[in-house]
Amino acid sequence: MDSFTPLVSIQDLHKSFDDTPILKGVSFAIEEGDLVSVIGPSGCGKSTMLRCINGLETLDSGVITAAGATISRKPGAKLDADFEKTAHALRQRVGMVFQQFNLFPHRTLLENTMMAPIIVRGVPHEDAEKTGRTLLEKVGLGAHADRYPANLSGGQQQRAAIARALAMQPKVMLYDEPTSALDPELVDEVLHVMKALDAEGMTQIVVTHEMRFARDASDYIIYMEGGHIVEISDEDEIFDNPKDERTRRFLRRFH
Amino acid sequence: MKKTTLLLLCALAILFAPFALAADQPPLRWAAATDSNAPYAFYGPGNKLTGFELEIIQAIAREMGREPVFVPNDWDGLIPGLSRGLYDCVICGIEITPEKSQEVRFTNPYYVTYEQFVVKRGTPRVASLDQLAGKQVGTLSQTASFVMLSKIPGVIVKTYDEEVNAYADVVNGRLFGVLLDYPIAKYYAFANPNLQFTGPPFGQISYGIALSRTNPALLEEMNAALGRVLASGEMRDILSRWGLWTAMVADTFGQPEDPSLPDTEYRAFVAATAEQPSLLNRIIGYARFWPLLLQASLLTIEVSILGMVGAVLLGFALAIMRVYGPFPLRWIATLYIELIRGTPLLIQLLILFYGLPNIGIKLEPFVAGVLGLALNYAAYEAENYRAGLLAIPKGQMEAARALGMTQRQGLFHVVIPQSFRLVLPPVTNDFISLLKDSSLVSMVTLVDLTGAYKQIATQTFDYFGAGLLVATFYLLIGLPFVRLARFTEQKLNPGTRK
Repeated sequence: MDSFTPLVSIQDLHKSFDDTPILKGVSFAIEEGDLVSVIGPSGCGKSTMLRCINGLETLDSGVITAAGATISRKPGAKLDADFEKTAHALRQRVGMVFQQFNLFPHRTLLENTMMAPIIVRGVPHEDAEKTGRTLLEKVGLGAHADRYPANLSGGQQQRAAIARALAMQPKVMLYDEPTSALDPELVDEVLHVMKALDAEGMTQIVVTHEMRFARDASDYIIYMEGGHIVEISDEDEIFDNPKDERTRRFLRRFH
Repeated sequence: MKKTTLLLLCALAILFAPFALAADQPPLRWAAATDSNAPYAFYGPGNKLTGFELEIIQAIAREMGREPVFVPNDWDGLIPGLSRGLYDCVICGIEITPEKSQEVRFTNPYYVTYEQFVVKRGTPRVASLDQLAGKQVGTLSQTASFVMLSKIPGVIVKTYDEEVNAYADVVNGRLFGVLLDYPIAKYYAFANPNLQFTGPPFGQISYGIALSRTNPALLEEMNAALGRVLASGEMRDILSRWGLWTAMVADTFGQPEDPSLPDTEYRAFVAATAEQPSLLNRIIGYARFWPLLLQASLLTIEVSILGMVGAVLLGFALAIMRVYGPFPLRWIATLYIELIRGTPLLIQLLILFYGLPNIGIKLEPFVAGVLGLALNYAAYEAENYRAGLLAIPKGQMEAARALGMTQRQGLFHVVIPQSFRLVLPPVTNDFISLLKDSSLVSMVTLVDLTGAYKQIATQTFDYFGAGLLVATFYLLIGLPFVRLARFTEQKLNPGTRK
């Protein structure tokens, strides 16, 4: 690899809520095909950072580039008039999976996967259905395509949410604590799907508390604390030999 | 000597009557309009045809040796029916006038009478019709009394279709008095303790039996028969029993002034109308209001459905404005909702209908009614929908946006369909409520169910029965909509089952 062209890059991202700074200058870059885990204590800003990447949150300043779309804001400048437009363009290339799944309860799993392609992209109904069924099959829910979310377990719902995000053919997948709301025995089925996607070369950023998954599956790990990235390093390195005292202290709890 | 002859004649008539009937004569078909037609020819207690005109035509038919056959018709259709040969004659208190004589032939008068003025009890005596200048006076449309009244300058004439309403309005103080034929006044007003006869007899009118102009032979025959009924004293007996043997009648017919028999029929009528009718008779009596009730129900349904459609659409727009709109829209929606919810629907309707013409906007009653209901209920609908929209978790819109949908797409495909299910019960509730509030449109001259209630109650004086009847109609109209809503709710249920 002679030239490093990151698929996602963040430069000096600042974000505060009601004058409380959450992100205090975050920068990193990710190459295509990487699986990156973001770990850190609660309130460190990792979820906010993730939500900034697909424009669900506005930024105070910084530059975010994802799959060719860029959002930027200079310190103290007003929010770009077409922020929502850029963010909208960006979201079409970035899929997101939420802690609470957020499936549409009034639609079947299949319809959940078909809605956005049909409404946003104008994909013909038959094509959307075909893609939807294939994706549900892929996440192990082919038999449940015509059931409603409320009739499924949390693990099944989260897998369906992944299939729904994939239906928009994203370049990057973002996961916001995808297994935190699940019973322990249901966690693995979701992680299994993410590993399978990694094997196919999907670029993924996972905010997680699953240290075992972070260590097993990640290409590298970002450790955040207090609105800063404290450490970015190889998955084995960070667990076996953390450079920063804060990282060491955080990880000690998981041993 | 004279008396003996009369007795002999009577005896002969009785003797020969069976023979006359036995002869092969066609029946005598006669017509009358029997609605609210006492004491002429009307359906009395037990739904039996009765009345002094019935007895007169029976006596005449008997004299003619023909069997009387009654053909019912509406007042307006009586004369046209005669021309078309539906029956041979009409006896229905028709005054003999030169105008009518152009159309039909009249027999000699079988009754003469005058116009009786009736006022509220305790009113000073009215000696002359000229005293009525500037007063509101009621009568029936197309009658001799109407013609009489309209010739007096300054009288404000109000015409009614039913004498009952005219007299009721005297009792209520809406009219100064009512001028109508003496028999009507006697039967509908004389026994009423709140009303009082006043003044001298006004005018003189003669009732004649109307026949088609094409049958002069029948006219001769009937006049002869009528003459015999008069001469035999039978006419005096009939009119005496019905309490209608007046000095004017006696004078005209050249017979003694005192009645020959007690007024038993009149007393029976007064007694029957004074007593409360049985439930069955009351229900039978209400049957004639079916057309009115059906029409009124239709209007209530139309006004309610159109009003609700308007309320739903406007309420939806208001809710979206209030939850998702930018500042000025949000503010306008909130102001509208608070203004409308804070003021009574009746006042809003009255402003729409009677107030707006002041600034040049004249609304048809129907438009004003529908608009009033729609504008009012929109405020309540808006709050329902707002609650429904806010009840959908934020994550739903977030997920929609994360999938690349715009806020608008998320709203219409994700949030609104889910809140629809939530707001259906309160919206159904509101529709039932609107259905009943639609009764207020009767205030802007619409004859909806409540308007019909007013009409029925003023005709029957049975406010309790009419109230129950109309309330039942409201209930029956509402039920299918409650059912429909429950059905829809169940249909929409699959996603929420746990």
